Amino acid sequence: MSATRIVVPAKANKGDVIEIKTIINHVMETGYRRDSVGRAIPRDIITKFTCTYAGEEVFRMDLFTGVAANPFVAFTTLATETAEMVFEWTDQHGAVTRERAHITVA
Amino acid sequence: MRRLTWSAAAIVACLQLTRPLLGQQASDPIPPGELRSGREFVSPATQAEQDDLSVNPGMLWVEQGGKLWHEASGGEARSCASCHGEPSSLRGVAARYPRFDAALGRLLNLETRIQNCRTAHQKGTPLAYESQDLLALTALVAFQSRGMPLDVAIPPQAQPAFAAGRALYYERQGQLDLSCAQCHEDNWGKRLRAERISQGHPNGFPAYRLEWQGIGSLHRRLRACFQGVRAEPFPSGSPEFIALELYLAWRARGLAIETPAVRR
Amino acid sequence: MDERIVGDGIMGRNANASVPSRRSLLAGALGLALMPVSTDPAAATPEGMAEAMREALGGSPEIRPGRVGLEIPELAENGNSVPLKVSVDSPMTAADHVAMIYVFSEKNPSPNVVRFHLGSRCGRARVQTSIRLASTQRITAVAKMSDGSLWSATANVVVTAGACIDDT
Repeated sequence: MSATRIVVPAKANKGDVIEIKTIINHVMETGYRRDSVGRAIPRDIITKFTCTYAGEEVFRMDLFTGVAANPFVAFTTLATETAEMVFEWTDQHGAVTRERAHITVA
Repeated sequence: MRRLTWSAAAIVACLQLTRPLLGQQASDPIPPGELRSGREFVSPATQAEQDDLSVNPGMLWVEQGGKLWHEASGGEARSCASCHGEPSSLRGVAARYPRFDAALGRLLNLETRIQNCRTAHQKGTPLAYESQDLLALTALVAFQSRGMPLDVAIPPQAQPAFAAGRALYYERQGQLDLSCAQCHEDNWGKRLRAERISQGHPNGFPAYRLEWQGIGSLHRRLRACFQGVRAEPFPSGSPEFIALELYLAWRARGLAIETPAVRR
Repeated sequence: MDERIVGDGIMGRNANASVPSRRSLLAGALGLALMPVSTDPAAATPEGMAEAMREALGGSPEIRPGRVGLEIPELAENGNSVPLKVSVDSPMTAADHVAMIYVFSEKNPSPNVVRFHLGSRCGRARVQTSIRLASTQRITAVAKMSDGSLWSATANVVVTAGACIDDT
């Protein structure tokens, strides 16, 4: 599990477009760098980020080596119902970091 | 090598035309009204990244520090919280560092103070300088003073270190034969390739540097500067760098702490 | 609207071992822009990008300029992290919305930079992230609409090397 920060409103009105911001601590090693003796440093990146809201995927991001380290993303979603939001980051090895947030929708 | 030294040589040439180089201290410190944080020398996008704590990547380390704060460590099974309560109890502390410790008989900066707590009071495994855990704890403590002006004192016991730090600041170093002052006092605001030279203040550290793609200590930044002039850097945590840090903190007094700053 | 910041996890990774590369040392010493060592040099070209676009968008796609707003600085502070905002003019209804946003690079070792899967649940087509740029180049953002149509925007970004080598 890597350290993450998520900014999401605790409450919203139904139909509001809310903004969600997330950042995760990850080196996003490209695989193109070489160490001091010339060996390639192996690629190690997060490849997928998803946001699921009340069980339905509402946003997905495919990350490649061109995404900066400690990947940040801001996106929007419609506040539809009081429910749990699940955020998942998956790396190239299939390891998953998962965070949850709860939103109350009036 | 040619292109880099050309700009350095140009700086030195200008200096030689305008001021004879007598002795080490050829410049005066920047007047308080003209102090400019490193924040003013980065792009608006980078400034915004620093100011918005919800997107500031350095906050990942501040939060991690917050977790480590409550972890009991070592033979005494004490956490930081056991003695200090909440991190907010240390508000104002970072503004007064580096600080002379009478019992230890030496100057400590925040990092070496935390390292000392860990071994002397928690009896825990030492935290290596520049390790992720030490960076996180240092960032957490400095963050408690974010917005407060730097206000370091120079008591008599700290005078020798202060003098040594100041001397190092004005001493020409390395193959490029440049002192800190020649860039950060005499030529701040001017361009070195595509970058504007800052005044070289320590008020944002530990800082998230885009170049590092992570957070790093002031001493790491000083080491980078030494490499920049092709000088042998002192080790991080060394008395030489702590003395220099004292001088830098004094030189920047009044500037607000911005930890975790975002710099290029 | 009050916001919360949620975070829970262990920073177990040594995320910031900035291992120096001899090439970047040499490049810095010779005053050149930092060059990443590419394991696939063929991709670091406009042709490579065209190939990646064909692969992503299918065949010879008809891409029209317009409807896409691409916000990126003209001069990158540092090629390691350049803020990027993409927005698309779309009602984002079930019948008419942005399905995908693709970002392509013509000079990075890898032409695919990032992709976003949107949909009518987004409410608005607006995303923001930070990307890496290996050198001065043109970035292209392509939006695929729910009706299959493709729209694009491009932007030029100047990326310079740092003034001083940092080998820490």
